[in-house]
Amino acid sequence: MAEEVVLLDFWPSLFGMRSRIALAEKGIKYEYKEEDLRNKSALLLQMNPVHKKIPVLIHNGKPVCESLIQVQYIDEVWHDKAPLLPSDPYQKATVRADYIDKKIYDLGSRVWKTKGEEQATAKKEFIESLKLIEKELGDKPYFGGESFGYVDVAFIPFYSWFYAYEKCGNFSIEAECPKLIAWAKRCMQKESVAKSLPDQQKVYDFILQMKKHFGIE
Amino acid sequence: MGEEVKVFGYWASPYSYRAELALKLKGVSYEYINEDIFGNKSDLLLKYNPVHKKVPVLLHNGKPIVESLVILEYVEETWKHNPYLPQDPYDKATARFWIKFIDEKCFPTLWLAAWSAENEREKVTNEACEYLKTLESALNGKKFFGGETIGMVDIVASSVGYFIRVTQEIMGQNLLSADKFPQLFQWSEDFANCSIVKESLPPRDKLLPFVKGLIAKYQQDNAKA
Repeated sequence: MAEEVVLLDFWPSLFGMRSRIALAEKGIKYEYKEEDLRNKSALLLQMNPVHKKIPVLIHNGKPVCESLIQVQYIDEVWHDKAPLLPSDPYQKATVRADYIDKKIYDLGSRVWKTKGEEQATAKKEFIESLKLIEKELGDKPYFGGESFGYVDVAFIPFYSWFYAYEKCGNFSIEAECPKLIAWAKRCMQKESVAKSLPDQQKVYDFILQMKKHFGIE
Repeated sequence: MGEEVKVFGYWASPYSYRAELALKLKGVSYEYINEDIFGNKSDLLLKYNPVHKKVPVLLHNGKPIVESLVILEYVEETWKHNPYLPQDPYDKATARFWIKFIDEKCFPTLWLAAWSAENEREKVTNEACEYLKTLESALNGKKFFGGETIGMVDIVASSVGYFIRVTQEIMGQNLLSADKFPQLFQWSEDFANCSIVKESLPPRDKLLPFVKGLIAKYQQDNAKA
C-alpha cells in the first residue's frame, strides 16, 4: 500500500524541523511543501482549521497537528526503525519536552525581539534555562541516553537559531553552556539532523528581516 | 505481586482529579494523600516533585510520576484494561491534539474569564467562547469525546465541564450554557452523571464555597496592590 506523507512547513520553523528530523530518522519519503505564512494556502487552512499553523503532517490525506504530537505519531506508526521514545511506560513518563516549548522558545524570542534592559533580562533568563537543560543532559551523549531520542529531536532545532540569538544578544552560548554545544555538534553529525536544519547564517538573515519588519532596531 | 499506588492530590484541584478518575476508570486501588497545598506541603511531596512541588503526584511502587497529562498516559499504558485512549495512532494523535487544546487554550482562558478585571473581561470572555465553540466541534455528535464511553479527552475536559461551570456559577457568568453550546452542555451533564464520575467528583456544595473563598482572597490581594 502506498504511503502518502506530506509536510506543510516553513523553513526556519523550529517546530517544523522536529518533524523533518523524525521523518528522516525513520527513512520516510515525504513531500515537503513550503508555506508562505503571510499568504497561507487553502490546504493549510483546511488541514489545521483550529490553529492555522505549520507544521502539519498529512498522512494518507489525514492531518496531524502540533510538532510533538507529530513526532510521537511518527514514532508509533513507523515503530520498527530508530525508536525515539522508550517502550517502558515509566521511562516514557520521565521523557519530557514541554519545558523546552514553554520556556526556551519564549525566552529565545524575547532575546531577538527586544532591546536594552528588556533584552538584558531575556538574555539572563535564557541562559539560566539553557543551563538547566544542560544539567538535565549531564554526561550522557544524548538526552535519550546512549541513543538519539525524543527530547533530542525536540531541542536540537534550536541550535540552528543559536547564532542568531548570539548575534542579536551579543553573547556566546558556547561560553555559557559548552556541554550543550558539544551535544548539538554530536547531533549535527547525524544525517537526519544535518539535512533538516537550515544554515545558521540564513536563519540570522531571516531574523534581521523580521526585526526590520517589526521595527526593532 | 503487590502494587503500591499512591496519589498525592488536593480535593479541589481539577488536575488532581484527572489522576484519580483515571485510576478509578481502571479499577486500580490507591492510597490518597490530601496535600495542604495552600499551607504546608509535605516532605514527601517535595521529595517526589522537587521541580514543580505540585499535585498531583502518582507514586507507583515507589516511583513518582508528575504532571497530570503524563500521569494519564502512564496509567493508560500500565493498566491496559478499560482503555481510555484509542489504539490507532491517528485517533491517538487526534485525542492528544484536543487535550493540548483544552489544557493550553480552553481551560486557562475560561479560568481567566472568571478572574479578570471588569475592563478586560469582555475580551477574554469572547476568546473563551470561541474556544468553547471549537471544543464543541470536537464532539461531532458523539456522546463523549471518547465516543460511547469516557476517553482521555473527557477526563481532561472535566476541568471545563465541571470545575469551570462551578466557578462560573459563582461569578454569575454562564458561558457554558445550554442555549449557547447545546452539545457541550449536554456532554457536561452526561459526564457528571456517569456513576464513576459522580462518586469521585468533589461535591458542588463543598467546591462552591471553596472557589468563592479563593476568588474573594484574590480580589482582596489585588485591591491592596
